[in-house]
Amino acid sequence: MADAPTATTIQATEIRKRRHPVVDFFIRMIKEKPLGTIGLIIVIVLLLVGIFAEVLAPYGYNEIILADRLDGPTIKHLLGCDNLGRDLLSRIIFGARISMIVALAGSSISTTVGFMVGAISGFLGGKYDMVVQRFVDAWMCFPGLVLYLIVMSILGPGLLQVILVLGVSMGLGGGSRVTRSAVIRIKEDVYFEAAKAIGVPTSRILIRHVLPNVLPIMIIGFSTGLGGFILAEASLSFLGFGIPPPVPSWGGMLSGTGRQYMLQAPWMALWPGLALAVVVYGVNMLGDAVRDLFDPRLRGGLGRYGAPQDKLQKLAEKKQAEAEKQRRSA
Amino acid sequence: MIPTLFLITVLVFLLVRFIPGDVIDMMLAQMSEQSGMGAELTADFLREAMGLDQPILTQYGRWMGFIPNADVDGEFKGVVQGYLGESLWKNKPVGTELLERLPVSVELGLISMITGWLLAMPIGIYSALRQDTALDYIGRSFAIIMLSVPGFWLATMVIVYPSILWGWTPSLEYLPLIKNPGGNLLQFLLPGFLMGTQMSGSLMRMIRTMVLEVMRQDYIRTAWSKGLAERTIIIRHALKNALMPVVTIAGMMLPMLIAGSVIMEQIFCLPGVGRLTFEALVQRDYPIISGINLVMATTVLIMNLVVDITYAWMDPRVQYR
Repeated sequence: MADAPTATTIQATEIRKRRHPVVDFFIRMIKEKPLGTIGLIIVIVLLLVGIFAEVLAPYGYNEIILADRLDGPTIKHLLGCDNLGRDLLSRIIFGARISMIVALAGSSISTTVGFMVGAISGFLGGKYDMVVQRFVDAWMCFPGLVLYLIVMSILGPGLLQVILVLGVSMGLGGGSRVTRSAVIRIKEDVYFEAAKAIGVPTSRILIRHVLPNVLPIMIIGFSTGLGGFILAEASLSFLGFGIPPPVPSWGGMLSGTGRQYMLQAPWMALWPGLALAVVVYGVNMLGDAVRDLFDPRLRGGLGRYGAPQDKLQKLAEKKQAEAEKQRRSA
Repeated sequence: MIPTLFLITVLVFLLVRFIPGDVIDMMLAQMSEQSGMGAELTADFLREAMGLDQPILTQYGRWMGFIPNADVDGEFKGVVQGYLGESLWKNKPVGTELLERLPVSVELGLISMITGWLLAMPIGIYSALRQDTALDYIGRSFAIIMLSVPGFWLATMVIVYPSILWGWTPSLEYLPLIKNPGGNLLQFLLPGFLMGTQMSGSLMRMIRTMVLEVMRQDYIRTAWSKGLAERTIIIRHALKNALMPVVTIAGMMLPMLIAGSVIMEQIFCLPGVGRLTFEALVQRDYPIISGINLVMATTVLIMNLVVDITYAWMDPRVQYR
């Protein structure tokens, strides 16, 4: 049976058709990761709502209609009103913008900081690496939320502060570690040694050889981190150390006055939390799918448990038929 | 370990000393309003009382106990000697305050740890063994829902909705364990259970990943081809190897527990360390904040060391130079 193809050759040649990698990525996501696709849709909706908040929101986020104070969900106010008579739907919509900004900006900063600190530390090694790693060790010993609370109480509340604090501290902690270990692994690879041996300058090695190899890890870090940023911002705002009141943050809407009026107007607490849960769910699902698709160790191949067995069979038959045809024509 | 510990003290110290000047003014306003002291209470007086007029190295030395501390009769009394300073508002040593609050947080932490593991283990393992089946999707969705639903929202809902529907509210007054064991346990069960389910989300995912990775190893394939029963393979070969890294996670859960307890203690009005942190932050009681931080960070550090040692002891392949 020399011409009967094995499962591995089928996988290599048939499944991975040559497509643009980005297109290929999305097609695989939709085909293989139904939950990831749901996450993708939720994230796209969040982005659109965040970008077009002014168009979508029926009222301004701080527009007070005193006559409608504590109104339940009606046609005029689809999700009801808060204790000041502000339309909750509009506030949720503008809250989406805040969450979106915090997640994207925070995760970008954290990925960048993580790469800078981690890659340089891993690349240089030696004493520099030692010192930086001890610092990162110490930094990671502080429980996240407590650290954010302290730094926020020093910097004062505000959107920019939240993004900076969350981004830098998450990047220093988790992100840099992952990048560092990846860079150290790359340093032992042959192409790296070859580049060094032919005298490629360090900056070029970093950009041409190290960066592309760390990129998948950075993308995984970026996408899996998004949900954490949304939740951390919400927790901070909930505790009163995040984004100050007139701006609607989903976490902030659950705190303070929201909690006082909760028994009379339970919808005040219901919607922001629901919005948070749905968005973080979507972002996490997307992050998961991205990680699964990028990380070869987790990429369930065709041989995995519960894999579409008939698909494998069909491919083998198809290959065999092709081989048969070739033999006949020859 | 030792350099990290040293860096922790430096970080704790610097974090608190980076207070901008206007906070001193804020404290001044707050204090003079409360005490009625007017003229003698100036910013300089406060700075001197807090020892903030000294050079930063002297301050650090005093706090650490390397330099005699003027506040306590010029003795060597600082972190090294086990003295964490005194609360600015309560006139009470930070250590005593911490010890009073600790049992509440520990109890909450234990309950949530137990719930978390009990939930995460079976679901995580099952979901890995039956990857990409319907039950796996349900299990993973549960995990991700637990990761997505903010704990503070869940807790708020648990307080609000039962009281609207059935007129039942969890007690918002702390019942000490010795005086009222039943009431105390009931009071802790709800926040503990909420924290536990929250934790179980990430735990379950880690367990699932570990089991998945191990199930792809060569020795598992060997076991399959030897014709062993699935049960034997899973229990004797897979779980033994998969759960070892998971043990290390128990140590890494500690920061998560602490963060969770800050929020839960706040919502359920439990006087634990988390609530103390929050109170101290609102009042800007810096010695308490640095004390709590130092203790927390050191605990995490020691926890990590313990985890490393257990890991090496459990898995002979792991060796530390």
